Amino acid sequence: MKITMTVNGKTRSGEAEGRTLLVNFLRDTLGLTGTHVGCDTSQCGACVVHVNGQAVKSCTMLAAEADGAQVSTIEGQAAPDGTLNTIQQAFQDHHGLQCGFCTPGMVMSATALLKENPKPTEAEIRHYLEGNICRCTGYHNIVKAIMAASGQDVGAIAAE
Amino acid sequence: MYNFEFVKPSTVAEAVAALKDEGAQALGGGQTLLPTMKQRLASPETLVSLSGIAEMIGVNAAGGTVTIGGATSHAAVAAQAGAYPALAALAGGIGDPAVRNRGTIGGSVANNDPAACYPSAVLASGATVVTNAREIAADDYFQGMFATALEEGEIITAIRFPVPQAANYQKFEQPASRFAMAGVFVAKYADGVRVAVTGAGNDGVFRWAEAEAALSANFSPAAIEGLSLSGDDMIGDVHGSGAYRAHLVKVLTKRAVAACG
Repeated sequence: MKITMTVNGKTRSGEAEGRTLLVNFLRDTLGLTGTHVGCDTSQCGACVVHVNGQAVKSCTMLAAEADGAQVSTIEGQAAPDGTLNTIQQAFQDHHGLQCGFCTPGMVMSATALLKENPKPTEAEIRHYLEGNICRCTGYHNIVKAIMAASGQDVGAIAAE
Repeated sequence: MYNFEFVKPSTVAEAVAALKDEGAQALGGGQTLLPTMKQRLASPETLVSLSGIAEMIGVNAAGGTVTIGGATSHAAVAAQAGAYPALAALAGGIGDPAVRNRGTIGGSVANNDPAACYPSAVLASGATVVTNAREIAADDYFQGMFATALEEGEIITAIRFPVPQAANYQKFEQPASRFAMAGVFVAKYADGVRVAVTGAGNDGVFRWAEAEAALSANFSPAAIEGLSLSGDDMIGDVHGSGAYRAHLVKVLTKRAVAACG
């Protein structure tokens, strides 16, 4: 079947089977490989994208379910000239990544969080990231980055 | 996963017709079904998506009843079911934010996973499961692990919850999966207290009758101090023995009653 969706503001189309997952459609059909597949069992969150403004795990959503939808991926977050957005820059400034594999999902989840809760507490950030797994950082610098991106003081976050 | 034909009807009637095909299966938010299909534990020939049926999406509170469309996401229930705060809080604690944006109440209740949260709310509230064909009382609906009163091809179009005077849900999460090792939903109505337990029972969600009687007489944590559940009827697995879960149920029930204030 033919699937058409608006990805990062551009209309994109491609062929898909019924079983084609949204993440495979983005990566393999549209060539947008910024969205990662970590666990493929909807636990790790490396594949988080936004569909009609809501964070979803694109490894556990059919491409056909996103037919006609507005999809945002990590590729759409920086400015066209490559300037990082506020959240991405905060991840760089606060060393919120090491290997970087989880980062696309972390940034997309953080974006969703700050949209619904512009000034989250440290506890709220940690709770919201329950479905995003990072095996490098121990999360502290990710939490710091999101606090900083929301314009809050990060000095109060102690290393645990 | 094996391939299938995908259809996305826009009305309940069209969905019911599509589900008459042999090998057809309803798809809610897919947060359980898609992982199951990836494991090849299910291989429907046709998936009938319920996500495009506008009449099955939304939360409506009126006259002491909260009615939730079967295809309403957990996130929407968490945000919109303020008339029944314990139910909204339960929905906001399922899975993680991305899962809550896709998973639906109808999908969860139709699947009746023994560790799912929603069945405890449905049973403790004495809710009514509304399908395309009939209305089913919660006490008749749940029939054991992954077993329900639903017929082949029957769709949960809505669930009606009578709003209690007080209610609370307490969940002890399995630390890795975050599913309920045990979850207890306590709901206090004018005609008595109902206590439903998920995650723990060998036969899936169940009502703890002794606790209901004790709490109906005296709605305080102390009322169930002398009660105990048998570990023999509880799930025993690598995460915890039956006796451990039986203990958890009592502790969580007391916490839920205390949280009702």
